[in-house]
Amino acid sequence: MGCIELMDYKVLLSNISFKEGREFIKGNFKEVYEIEPGYKLFDVYLIGVPPIFVGVEDGNVIFPYVKPCHGTFVLKIEDEEEIDRLRTKQRVV
Amino acid sequence: MNKKALLLLGCPELPVQTGIALYLASKLKDAGMAVFVAGTDAALHLLKVSDPQGHYVDAERMINLDKCIESLAEKRIDFDLCTVFVHNDAGISYLATIQSISNAKLVAIIFGSDAESISGQIAFECEKLVAKAVHNPMPLKKKIDNMMKEVKRWAVSN
Repeated sequence: MGCIELMDYKVLLSNISFKEGREFIKGNFKEVYEIEPGYKLFDVYLIGVPPIFVGVEDGNVIFPYVKPCHGTFVLKIEDEEEIDRLRTKQRVV
Repeated sequence: MNKKALLLLGCPELPVQTGIALYLASKLKDAGMAVFVAGTDAALHLLKVSDPQGHYVDAERMINLDKCIESLAEKRIDFDLCTVFVHNDAGISYLATIQSISNAKLVAIIFGSDAESISGQIAFECEKLVAKAVHNPMPLKKKIDNMMKEVKRWAVSN
């Protein structure tokens, strides 16, 4: 799906429910933003049940990534430009 | 101008999905709607192989799932009716996303062995057709037939 799979990403969690991914992101990172479904991050449009949380830590973006047959993953990708864009969104943590 | 319907398919691992999608596409087409289908490559290939002449869904109206989400999110397309096939947690996420990025009348077709449990997790506004169907499409067909009574009238209204 899109360019994310070609990027240098780290899988933090896999084959979980979307809710589990949301709770993991909200509970484990000190800087978390809420974005809407369809928000464009890197080259994909995020899928999920609101609220969708995206974390920021040490220059990395931590976000839920849903695949139809494999459930939700939580991925981590380094990218300062995306972090700058996220910082215009509502911060929840 | 004909109203437009989107069938957004989930993972094609459950046998009923393809048959029900073609059945619903046929009914919507008969009701005068322009029918589009979005899904994974595998889900769309199943449709193409099952309907090689495009009697139920025109191959040109089959859309890659990611491209469909992109086009909806960018407001380049929208539909009058979206039916989202849901049989797992990811399906709930796609349903919620469509509810957020589209103005279409939204119908969730919820099936599989956990249909009732999945239905209970959907707290946002949408019409639900729920049937514990995995191999046998008949419980879902009945629900679709009931829904189509209303959709036929709605499809030709302004």
